[in-house]
Amino acid sequence: MIANYGYKDGAGEFYISIDTDKCLACDADRACLTACPKGMFEIITDDYDDEVAAVKQQFRRSLAYDCTACKPAGGYASLPCSSACTPGAIKHSW
Amino acid sequence: MAAGDKKEYWRWAESCWTDDSKNWRDARIVTAGIDVGSVSSQAVVCVDGELYGYNSMRTGNNSPDSATNALKGVLEKSGMKLEDITYVIGTGYGRVNVPFAHKAITEIACHARGANYMGGPTIRTILDMGGQDCKAIHCDEKGKVTNFLMNDKCAAGTGRGMEVIADLMQIPIAELGERSFDVDVEPAAVSSTCVVFAKSEALGLLKSGYTKNKVIAAYCQAMAERVVSLIERIGVENDFFITGGIAKNSGVVKRIEKLLGTTAAATKYDSQIAGALGAALFGYTLMQKQGAAAAKAA
Repeated sequence: MIANYGYKDGAGEFYISIDTDKCLACDADRACLTACPKGMFEIITDDYDDEVAAVKQQFRRSLAYDCTACKPAGGYASLPCSSACTPGAIKHSW
Repeated sequence: MAAGDKKEYWRWAESCWTDDSKNWRDARIVTAGIDVGSVSSQAVVCVDGELYGYNSMRTGNNSPDSATNALKGVLEKSGMKLEDITYVIGTGYGRVNVPFAHKAITEIACHARGANYMGGPTIRTILDMGGQDCKAIHCDEKGKVTNFLMNDKCAAGTGRGMEVIADLMQIPIAELGERSFDVDVEPAAVSSTCVVFAKSEALGLLKSGYTKNKVIAAYCQAMAERVVSLIERIGVENDFFITGGIAKNSGVVKRIEKLLGTTAAATKYDSQIAGALGAALFGYTLMQKQGAAAAKAA
């Protein structure tokens, strides 16, 4: 399942998508949990009883602001969350 | 006119229905799904995995009361008691506040499951236009979610936005869809990013000489464009199905169909009950699994 967390507003589309099939087979020891400087990820049991990563509820409506520091302008060459997720489950839409 | 006499143009019809051809007393498993949404609440009762009855009403300011009142409607109409229901699942915004629920499941999974029942196993793309959010969902032939996207940051493209326009135009909400087609030329859409901006723009259009119908058409087009941009992000695969209250607004539905180049699958069921129906069906599956596990252990 592709879970898209985020929103679309007048400024654009801001979604973090998580491929839960890749996430389930995590061989990165859930590195996303610690890679995100803001601790935006958590492990949840989804509706189909799979333990997968998700963006915490309190960040889902403010991704454009919360992720800004990790974008190229913040000095990062690549996103810490996507880089840490070696199965390639985490992607940003912007 | 006194303040208390003000007509509520936004008020949509509540409904309560039970299938009199079925006798719930004969059922092996009775399950209920309670969808406490931001604007409306539904209770659906299924007997042996088949829809038996539902109640759809406006959500109050208290989720537990809304859940209780929604179910009460079906119970009273059928003569059923809460104890007669084997398993209850809560869904929607208020899913964790359903006092008698055994489990909570997100509305995304429940809408997919409900749409699978209402529209059949060929349904692959679901657009749920709820009271204060909008969801685009992809599912497989069993109604299991394969991709989803939700937008609940603003009311643009939601039922609440339509209620605001109904009040502004002073036209009953149920009439908006048909009236939106009564225009000489299809107008450009109003703002699709914010209900407040759309409302101001609608007022400006009225002042500039637009008829009410033309303003409604412009708003329906804005809603359609808004949700289509969302659904295109996950892609549209036929069959396509629309759930939620806005599915009853032909003005929005026809414009979505035109933009997507497809037709939404028809259903004989009330589009607003999809979430609660899906929850009740989840409950049935769970009870079946538990029964099978118990039989295996015995």
